[in-house]
Amino acid sequence: MSVLVFVEGLNGEIKKSSLEAASYGSQVAQTLGTSATAVAIGDINEASLARLGEQGISKVLYDADDRLKQFVADAYVKVIAKAARQEDAKVLVFSYTNIGAAVGSKLAVRLNGSLATNVTALPKTDGEFTVTRSVFSGKAFADVALTSDVKIIGVKKNTIDVTSNAGTTANIEKFSTELADADFAAAPKETVMQDTGGGVLLPEAEIVVSGGRGLKGPENWHLVEDLAKELGAATACSKPVSDMDWRPHHEHVGQTGITIGPNLYIAIGISGAIQHLAGVNSSKVIVVINKDPEAPFFKAADYGIVGDAFEVVPKLIEAAKALDK
Amino acid sequence: MKILVCISNVPDTTSKINFTADNKAFDKNGVQYVINPWDEYALTRAIELKEAKGGTVTVLNVGEADTEPNIRKALAIGADDAIRVNAFPKDAFFVAQQIAAVAKENNYDMILMGKESIDYNGSQVHNMVGELLGIPSVVPAFKLDMVDDTTARLEREIEGGKEVIEVKLPFVASSQQPMSEPRIPNMRGIMTARTKPLKTVEPVATEAKTEYVNYSKPEKKGGVKLIDPENAGELITLLRNEAKVL
Ligand SMILES: Cc1cc2nc3c(=O)[nH]c(=O)nc-3n(C[C@H](O)[C@H](O)[C@H](O)COP(=O)(O)OP(=O)(O)OC[C@H]3O[C@@H](n4cnc5c(N)ncnc54)[C@H](O)[C@@H]3O)c2cc1C
Repeated sequence: MSVLVFVEGLNGEIKKSSLEAASYGSQVAQTLGTSATAVAIGDINEASLARLGEQGISKVLYDADDRLKQFVADAYVKVIAKAARQEDAKVLVFSYTNIGAAVGSKLAVRLNGSLATNVTALPKTDGEFTVTRSVFSGKAFADVALTSDVKIIGVKKNTIDVTSNAGTTANIEKFSTELADADFAAAPKETVMQDTGGGVLLPEAEIVVSGGRGLKGPENWHLVEDLAKELGAATACSKPVSDMDWRPHHEHVGQTGITIGPNLYIAIGISGAIQHLAGVNSSKVIVVINKDPEAPFFKAADYGIVGDAFEVVPKLIEAAKALDK
Repeated sequence: MKILVCISNVPDTTSKINFTADNKAFDKNGVQYVINPWDEYALTRAIELKEAKGGTVTVLNVGEADTEPNIRKALAIGADDAIRVNAFPKDAFFVAQQIAAVAKENNYDMILMGKESIDYNGSQVHNMVGELLGIPSVVPAFKLDMVDDTTARLEREIEGGKEVIEVKLPFVASSQQPMSEPRIPNMRGIMTARTKPLKTVEPVATEAKTEYVNYSKPEKKGGVKLIDPENAGELITLLRNEAKVL
């Protein structure tokens, strides 16, 4: 038996979230006294694949089929299921991204496995095999026993540290799967990536600067953008801000937007409604800037400034400029 | 067109989350239940498609009798009829099996549901249903239109971008903002909902594959450290030297 990690790539590199999954998988393998193999699909260069050794992966199965450069759920699932059978994988690990969630759910049916997504910690393996997952939109955790023979785990982003055993490389094995046209029936006709202007993508960001209705209008967003640029951060916003089209929908975080858990979340002019918190409450450090000392967000914050954003944020931008990077 | 919309019954977004004294179960005391907000996007889009092209919208919930007020609410918003599979929704696989069993008997053209439920945040059921039925699942979609009578065009979110996908009916899709603008039931809707058919069926036999054994709550934060707005720049120094996040 072995542990199999599904690894996603973007522009030749492995996504940070997949490095977290690889670190998780190899730690599970160690506990179970076996080895961890990765199955990699998509646009990833060989150097990046070999570097997975640093996360404790001994072998990488790489399917270089050109048709797999873009994500197609049925085709990806076929490749991973084949790898799982070949490696006799009893534990499968992936990062709980949109792609990972799709692949994991389908694999659970195909391999007759137990699936837990949104997992935040390594499993307990004495007795039952249980994992801890985030539930109720970050307001609680649940311990879940995975009772089938095959266990499939979707790791929540930014909850597992990337291990780094510098210099260790993984063996890359070519791997190919027979794919039929039917596997590509739901292939995208078109893929449009957001233009971040060279900045950071929100779902992968370690620092996020976010603005709310307190910023009064889209013409004031240079405050958010300039601070984000100085800190190497992605930008986000509250729901009313995207509802009013001040900002695009993909920036909307919260209960009905995207869920993020960066190392640092800076909220400017956001009141901190419970539905907003649901999307950001797993951030490691939260900073709140709000002119109202009674704003509920301060209760969830680590650092706060009670003040007018239009006066405070320019000072932060100045101080950030002065940091040596 | 026959559309199936799957809804789950979840604690209102403002609910305080508590567990029973032994931490083995969710404490329903004082909790208000609503239609899962993500499912409402699916429901309204289904009703819009029906209004434009004709057809029926059936609502499906896997749950015990206490979910019926929210099933009636979905009927009041504009669904035509409803099915309740009379079972506690043990886990995603169990629910997916129940949905697939209902779908196999009824030949729906599309099966829609929210991108995830806000209680267990699993994002699993839609893809499992697609897999069980052997039809494509497009997840999470934020746009859904018909190209012609047999083909739909969807836009789905991927990390950092979007994909445009055209699929033949039937298919499964999950919904998220801004697929539609959820509706509030009007008086007429509420009146007619009372007489719309709500059928209860017994679950098909299937095992859950996971078991919730214990719940806990996150540790409370240590309290906020306030910085004088006059010296706002001090925050950046603290974030680097104390919090070590810059
Ligand atoms: C089912 C449901 C789902 C929802 N989902 C989401 C979601 O996913 N994400 C989300 O964000 N919301 C969501 N909401 C909405 C949520 O309840 C709040 O209405 C919303 O988060 C408020 O946005 P805001 O903080 O930007 O605006 P407001 O609540 O208006 O707050 C603005 C804040 O800015 C402060 N302010 C004003 N001027 C200044 C200034 N000059 N300097 C500094 N501070 C200033 C004010 O003191 C105030 O605290 C949802 C609601 C429901 C019912």
